[in-house]
Amino acid sequence: MADFLLELLSEEIPARMQDKARADLARLFGEELAKSGLTSAAIETFATPRRLALIARGLPLETEAVSEERKGPRASAPEQALAGFLRSTGLSREQLVERDGVLFAVIEKPGRKTADVLAEAVPAIVRAFPWPKSMRWGRASQTTESLRWVRPLQGIVALLGDAVVPFEIEGVASGAETVGHRFHHPGRITIGNADDYAAKLRACHVIVDQDARKALIREGATAAAANAGLVLVEDEGLVVENAGLTEWPVPLLGSFDSAFLQVPREVIQLTMRTNQKYFAVNDRDGKLAPNFICTANIVATDGGAKIVDGNRKVLAARLSDAKFFWEQDLKAPLDAYLPKLENMLFYEGMGTLRAKAERIAALAAWIAAEYFPERDPETARRAGLLAKADLATGMVGEFPELQGIMGGYYAEHAGEKPGTVSALQQQYVAAVEGCIPACVALADRIDTLAAFFAQGIRPTGSKDPFALRRAALQAIQTILVNGTRLNLLTVLERAKAGLSVDGGDVSLDTGELLDFFADRLKVQQREAGVRHDLIDAVFALGGEDDLVRLLARVKALQGFVETEDGANLLAGYKRAANILKKEEAPTVAAATPSEPAEIALVAALDAAAPKADAAIAAEDFEGAMAALATLRAPIDSFFEAVMVNDADPAKRAARLGMLARVRDAVHRVADFSRIEG
Amino acid sequence: MILQPYDMRMGAGTFHPATTLRALGPDPWNAAFVQPCRRPTDGRYGENPNRGQHYYQYQVMLKPSPPDLQDLYLGSLKRIGIDFSKHDIRFVEDDWESPTLGAWGLGWEVWCDGMEVTQFTYFQQMGGFDCKPVAGELTYGLERLAMYIQGVDSMYDLDFNGRGVTYGDIFLENERQMSTWNFEVADTDRLFDLFRKATAECELCLERKLPIPAYEQAIEASHIFNLLNARGVISVAERQAYIGRVRDLAKGSCAAWMEHNGWTA
Repeated sequence: MADFLLELLSEEIPARMQDKARADLARLFGEELAKSGLTSAAIETFATPRRLALIARGLPLETEAVSEERKGPRASAPEQALAGFLRSTGLSREQLVERDGVLFAVIEKPGRKTADVLAEAVPAIVRAFPWPKSMRWGRASQTTESLRWVRPLQGIVALLGDAVVPFEIEGVASGAETVGHRFHHPGRITIGNADDYAAKLRACHVIVDQDARKALIREGATAAAANAGLVLVEDEGLVVENAGLTEWPVPLLGSFDSAFLQVPREVIQLTMRTNQKYFAVNDRDGKLAPNFICTANIVATDGGAKIVDGNRKVLAARLSDAKFFWEQDLKAPLDAYLPKLENMLFYEGMGTLRAKAERIAALAAWIAAEYFPERDPETARRAGLLAKADLATGMVGEFPELQGIMGGYYAEHAGEKPGTVSALQQQYVAAVEGCIPACVALADRIDTLAAFFAQGIRPTGSKDPFALRRAALQAIQTILVNGTRLNLLTVLERAKAGLSVDGGDVSLDTGELLDFFADRLKVQQREAGVRHDLIDAVFALGGEDDLVRLLARVKALQGFVETEDGANLLAGYKRAANILKKEEAPTVAAATPSEPAEIALVAALDAAAPKADAAIAAEDFEGAMAALATLRAPIDSFFEAVMVNDADPAKRAARLGMLARVRDAVHRVADFSRIEG
Repeated sequence: MILQPYDMRMGAGTFHPATTLRALGPDPWNAAFVQPCRRPTDGRYGENPNRGQHYYQYQVMLKPSPPDLQDLYLGSLKRIGIDFSKHDIRFVEDDWESPTLGAWGLGWEVWCDGMEVTQFTYFQQMGGFDCKPVAGELTYGLERLAMYIQGVDSMYDLDFNGRGVTYGDIFLENERQMSTWNFEVADTDRLFDLFRKATAECELCLERKLPIPAYEQAIEASHIFNLLNARGVISVAERQAYIGRVRDLAKGSCAAWMEHNGWTA
């Protein structure tokens, strides 16, 4: 047994690719081993900006010899069949074994040296490596067939035990040498084997284990903040990214001019994070402190003073840019940006954002007037109109991630109402709360869905490039979180009318769009444990497009069908429905009920149907279920006591009529035929 | 070879024909030159310490890319006085793409203490053609490097001649006036007209199989487009179409250059 070490040294590997590269390397290596019947006790992988490494523990030094028996033709078979078999096995007639009149070939595959297997496997892995983007370089790139790697490949360490596994990939030969830290230890170092790899690198200022680097960054950043009486704003994404940018991470605290704090903190944090990979720091009250933590890749001889000062300068320039946009944008009130939306398309071929803003405004106002107790359609209209205005500001042009958030700030500065400010801030979150924000979010998403569906664009399979499923889901979440009682189909019709700018025809099937919402609702509710068949059962009744009421009904139904009464009623219903499905409608006059079970059922129906109706009208769905529950015993007795298919056509007609009444009574609550089980 | 700047307005040293056209074909090419660059939308009226609508790049192109290009590059930083024991040099992923040149490459922006001081690129395609062989391109930001060496916070405070004349003395008013012109004044009808004229002239040159003058007109059209962009008169929908137009001119020029030299794609 021996351990195998592989290191692929290259110029700097993008941080975002390192995790996947490790996983791919482990997978491809395992697959290559398996082809030769080898398995490793454990495969570990490591990545730094400059190296991708793998250690496979406990490899046998040779692959096992394999003896394989292949069945051939019968001994009496014609000459051609035998010749073909000999050709395919590479054996002669004398080497075949005969058993029960059939010829067998025994093919011996001798064991191979594991080193030989690896010398073929590694080049194959390197050539087929699935980097998201790869490149050619150097003299070899005269042809486009030359080796591709994420950045130029500079060296390969391949050691099985203490011995080099020799191979070459386009001029790069494997060996035992690598390099240490680019600046702390630029010379070459020799690795002995898998066991001393990490230690030798560490001695040369390279921490090869990414998790160890992450821990150093977490601890170092926390401590750097705490030493200054501050609190680190934790950000695991930044930890990972900085670990991918350093071989020897050293978090350092710096500060910036507090005059920049007049710019919203989201802007400062975003520019620090995305442009500079800095951590943000809060003061003890949770307010953003005028500080940053950068992660250097060296232990500087001056303690990092020059590095911190340089980073401070860069950040000052970035923040001065942000401040420039902030001040420029504030020179005009938010509504002054509306005309600029005329030059911005909502989507190719789907009108401008200016037109979209008008539609959101109109629909938001209508929803507010129609369905919200606050009855503040004018604020909803204003908020809807301004919702997209920040897309024309300099700040959002520079930092698109801040859409909405900036709109909120600019609306506040322009003296817009708090409802408007909140609507703008919240418009891109999943579940929007409050009257005005909800009206705007619903109007925006429903208009978007209507616009795309009207263009014939809808998600297919895994493809949903315009995030229409998410738009529907967010509308549903907004409706449910606010408990908003609205008739979705009516709102969809209204959105459709809004799309028709000049009174022309808009080809949109609102029923299909409602079904799309129903599907999204089922997916969303599945996570909450609500059965999709029950949602179907209520939707199937038709006319129910109030999602809040629909879910209340579904939940009551779910509670009911899971009781014994419910399960039995469902069984009785299904029996009734089956009989009704088979039987033709009776043509003779029905007899009056005579059997006691018949009389009891009719009495129960007479009592239950109006009770169920009244309960439903009062939205007391548990009450409606309780009314149905009273039918269970009479239905059971009915099926026990009487034959529906009586010889007397009048009796048969009467009994079919009773079953139809049972079905209709149950359908007041839900279409039970859709319920599974 | 040390060359001189190209005497046209351009957004980056990469537009210099000594980069763009020489990146094509099999012949080795090692050249360096300073190129003044104009990026109208980067104008800040002289109020940003390290960003302006006009600045200088020092451009190095080595073709084919030598195996020790990173070491050569670091050697150059050391030579101009950057001390690696006190400064944090980093190669941070930055895939370079020029939609107007139909070009892309992989490489990094090189950070010195968090500031981008160089763009380091291995060209993979130029004008839509695969680079065979690949060239390595180093683009140094001269003002930013000088800020490190002189230890100043703003490029306008750079000592330009060692006798007290600052970069600001020479360029600050230029930044103010040019920012105003770029963002607020430039007559957009005339700019649209210039764009059309450059396009037409480029096409004429292509018809006459003159790739170098054709490429000059592509450079011109690209800069006029940047000015129109700074004036905010190109809508999102039109933007892609304009970029595509310039790319067609650049690609046409590159194709004509390939043909002129008898190279095949």
